[in-house]
Amino acid sequence: MSATPDRQTDIGPPHYEKFLHPVIKKNYGKWKYHEIINPGLMVHVSESGDKIYTVRVASPRLIATTTIREYCEVAKKHSDGFLRFTSRNNVEFFATTEEKAKALMADLTSRGYMMGGIGPRISNIVHTQGWVHCHSAATDASGLVKALMDEFHEYFTTKELQNRVRLAVACCVNMCGAVHCSDIALVGVHKTPPRIDHENLKNACEVPSTIGACPTSAISPDPSKKSVKIKLEKCMYCGNCYSVCPAMPIADAENDGVAIVIGGKVSNLRSAPKFSRLAVPWIPNEPPRWPKVVAAVKTILNAYIKGAKKHERVGEWVDRIGWESFFKETGLEFKIQHIDDFTFARETFRTSAAFKWT
Amino acid sequence: MGKKYETPLLDELKKGAFPSFVTEIEKAAALTGQPEDLASMASDLLGHTELCYKEKVTHWKHGGIVGVRGYGGGVIGRYSDIPAKFPGVAHFHTVRINSPSGFYYQADSLKEICDLWDKYGSGLTNMHGSTGDMVMLGTRTEYLEPFFAEVSSRGWDLGGSGSAMRTPSCCLGMSRCEWANIDTMAITNDITQHYQDEMHRPAFPYKFKFKAAGCPVDCIASVARADMSIIGTWKGDIRIDQAEVKEYSKKMNIQSEVIDMCPTECMSFSGSELLINNSQCNRCMHCLARMPKALRPGTEKGATLLLGSKAPIVTGALMSWVIVPFIKMEPPYKEFYDLIDKIWEWWDENGKNRERIGELIERVSFPKFLKEVGLDPHPAMIKEPRRDPFFFWSEEDLAK
Repeated sequence: MSATPDRQTDIGPPHYEKFLHPVIKKNYGKWKYHEIINPGLMVHVSESGDKIYTVRVASPRLIATTTIREYCEVAKKHSDGFLRFTSRNNVEFFATTEEKAKALMADLTSRGYMMGGIGPRISNIVHTQGWVHCHSAATDASGLVKALMDEFHEYFTTKELQNRVRLAVACCVNMCGAVHCSDIALVGVHKTPPRIDHENLKNACEVPSTIGACPTSAISPDPSKKSVKIKLEKCMYCGNCYSVCPAMPIADAENDGVAIVIGGKVSNLRSAPKFSRLAVPWIPNEPPRWPKVVAAVKTILNAYIKGAKKHERVGEWVDRIGWESFFKETGLEFKIQHIDDFTFARETFRTSAAFKWT
Repeated sequence: MGKKYETPLLDELKKGAFPSFVTEIEKAAALTGQPEDLASMASDLLGHTELCYKEKVTHWKHGGIVGVRGYGGGVIGRYSDIPAKFPGVAHFHTVRINSPSGFYYQADSLKEICDLWDKYGSGLTNMHGSTGDMVMLGTRTEYLEPFFAEVSSRGWDLGGSGSAMRTPSCCLGMSRCEWANIDTMAITNDITQHYQDEMHRPAFPYKFKFKAAGCPVDCIASVARADMSIIGTWKGDIRIDQAEVKEYSKKMNIQSEVIDMCPTECMSFSGSELLINNSQCNRCMHCLARMPKALRPGTEKGATLLLGSKAPIVTGALMSWVIVPFIKMEPPYKEFYDLIDKIWEWWDENGKNRERIGELIERVSFPKFLKEVGLDPHPAMIKEPRRDPFFFWSEEDLAK
């Protein structure tokens, strides 16, 4: 192995200008409008009259260097060597004319890439590491994403919806994915309290920070064991103690599972950004394809397709019809877990006699 | 190395229309020419993940402290809890490389990173992680230093982790969007360079994220995912091209799809002319998004700053809320950096260990925060005034 070069520190990332396609660089800040030509192709037109065509393809986010090299090869062949990734893990290539865009798309088709995700449809799913890499995962993320997108891929490539439906998957309540503000999202949840490994706790964990990590004050010192104890009825299984203290494992194969939350958005279009709300409290983990989770998401999506007005996001549709109607339309069971008893609970109780019979 | 284990459950996930992460791990397992201890990494990851699928639990342990010399972050330590069974993933650390603003790349430069990652790591990546880093997924402790030397000598650096400023990210802004009211990529790059020390040497109560969005559509989800959300906006009238409005009226119902959906009811359309009462517009972007050829943002541009968003751990999810209704975001961003420094100082003085800035303000009080960092109260900061009569006065408010 050759000697490694001298390291540099605190230089920050390369300047983005080095990575801009010449037409993008030339028309930076001068774009006038854009048009969506088809689900995988859009054009941006500059005040100068220049055009840049963008072709978008799906990626599984977890990708091998082999695949990145292939993206680079496509970029060198069609995009003057430039490419970008979107915040939803798609890959974008550029072309300067519609003919070149068509040649690019034909090449992508022959290589088996899936184009789409632009406009009112389902784009790629923002997600986390899951069992592939994370110690606190209550479910896998990549597998759930694959199972969902295999089911809904036509909403990526062709079919139109009333508006964008943003899907997200987080493998635990840390929510490294944008689950708390997505149209339909899955989050891995526990149903049982952590188990204390007293022997390891005294060596591996700091008792005050372990106690401090609990949002419901369920953890208190256990001086006789130089450890901690848990008031089980106060624990809501968030796993935050396990994050600071590895001697409090919380994973439980038969009781960990997936909750579905819906109706969140981040844009300000029409209505303010919204948090996602609980639709289904728990579905068991059924790897490799989580059929019950996929079926429940399909039920929610179909109810949205049936009931929403053009341009309404999932949350706007539910706000208009009311949550009582949401449960009626979807047939999802309303359970005691749907009623909030945490930090923001009181804001969620109905202080009106006006509601719909369901 | 190729495939070492039977993986019937994961094999199911190679089927179906959407690109498969299992196929990707297999591709990394098929790489040749890697050092012996890295060659088995991706193939052991397949076996390890298959076992997680079979047992329905994760087999990763908490990360230990690993990193590169002089840095307190940028590397996430990860170990298998069954290393004897899967020695290839006994260590499976992640290296976060700070992505360039807007996630743009040039092919040769990106290929160079790939070559280095095959030499010093598993050949697996995430493009990108949730915060926006290039995530180099899986290597051993002894490869961290040489990998860092190789990438840094080529102009790349590590991203943030732990209780530090995390890698800032942004929408692509002015590079390819007509709605960008601020230069999100320049701002993001500038913040990243300005605060290299705060990023690489964790010294905060907890993590702090910046995200810059060019307009209120917020494609980077800054309002939900950044402690400091910088959202481009404008003052003045929406620019209207009436001829293009007429063109749109031929292919869509402007009354029902635009006018009737305006949340402030500030628009009307006579059939030939679109009128906007701009004093009532709240810049939600719906009309601009429906008719991009006809409508453009006003010309006095800047940003709204919002503070405090985070995921639910631990007392519930927060969205960022307005702390500065309008700020010009132009180099050298002095007003902005002065404010950030004051906010960080206040957080440092008052925050508890693992307390995000949003949680601290909730615990202590928003009015107190405003007073102590020197921001004037403004109705844009709230949805509605308080409904209780329990408010504080200062000594100077009292009759003497």
